[in-house]
Amino acid sequence: MAKVLVVTSGKGGVGKTTSTAAIGAALAQNGKKVAVVDFDVGLRNLDLVLGAERRVVFDLINVVQGVAKLPQALIRDKRLENLWLLPASQTRDKDALTEEGVGRVIADMRNNFDYIVCDSPAGIERGAMLSMRFADEAIIVTNPEVSSVRDSDRIIGMLDSKTAKAEKGEQVQKHILITRYDPARAARGEMLGIEDVLEILAIPLLGIIPESQDVLRASNVGSPVTLNSPASTPARAYADATKRLLGEVIPMTVPSEPKGLMKLFGRRAA
Amino acid sequence: MSMFRLFSSRPPAPATAPIARERLQILLAHERGMRGEQPELLMLLREEILAAVSRHVALDPDKVMVRMERGKNVSTLEVDVELPNGLERSFAVAS
Repeated sequence: MAKVLVVTSGKGGVGKTTSTAAIGAALAQNGKKVAVVDFDVGLRNLDLVLGAERRVVFDLINVVQGVAKLPQALIRDKRLENLWLLPASQTRDKDALTEEGVGRVIADMRNNFDYIVCDSPAGIERGAMLSMRFADEAIIVTNPEVSSVRDSDRIIGMLDSKTAKAEKGEQVQKHILITRYDPARAARGEMLGIEDVLEILAIPLLGIIPESQDVLRASNVGSPVTLNSPASTPARAYADATKRLLGEVIPMTVPSEPKGLMKLFGRRAA
Repeated sequence: MSMFRLFSSRPPAPATAPIARERLQILLAHERGMRGEQPELLMLLREEILAAVSRHVALDPDKVMVRMERGKNVSTLEVDVELPNGLERSFAVAS
């Protein structure tokens, strides 16, 4: 049975696209057949983060409008044979996405994939609404920072009221993914802690992704961080989060740098 | 002060996370309460209070101020109605 996941946040720049790419790739690495779908009409970027920007021919809107067939628009990843991308359109006409059309495309994809991971645009407009509309589960990407937490709360409210599941009286299963977390700053009381965020949002935690230069390095070269540097702290955190998504029980830790380095930073911070 | 800082080791910055946490808790408690039901609660209150007062007193709608202060446990709604002079006469007419 296919699962539709939405990666959402309300706020921009918190790491939705990075997380979609990393988790999509990690699901594929776990043997699942995965399609990642970019809903950011006019500002597509998932293609770039996945290194497929030069292979885009058709996009989501083409498929919704019937200009292209779904298999023509799906781009298969060159490294992971289980991973496909359905890019967003660069057209400015956001109204080209209709609820009926998106519903049709998602229903079609449910027959062909194990996971459909929808990358939501920032904001609460049409694209964001449609990206969550048909979701079974939601990953709410949150930075430990006041504006991000507030926007996440808003998005949680929308997941509970505006989705197809909610309208049927069911629940979209929600997970919090904390990204750009800096354990040293949190320990000094400069950054909201994990406990603070979880207590305020009251949603179970899927994973903690530490702030890391490896994330930028991976997007520079167009490769999901889980693939580009699998031993790095963010990659291990994404891999763990993905396994939790698949139902494995994995203790919640913030993956840390190798010990010597950590000690050095630890002393400095104290 | 900044001169001393140059020579002494930097004092630790005060922890700001608890402030962030408290501000969020207060804000979200209110935003959740408003969600979906009456997003225009303030406007609604303003209109109904105005209607109630103007049944008895002739007043200038621009001279009515409605403010809300959100606190952790209690919120206050402040309604400031400026009544025109000759109030007694208005009352007499109204009743």
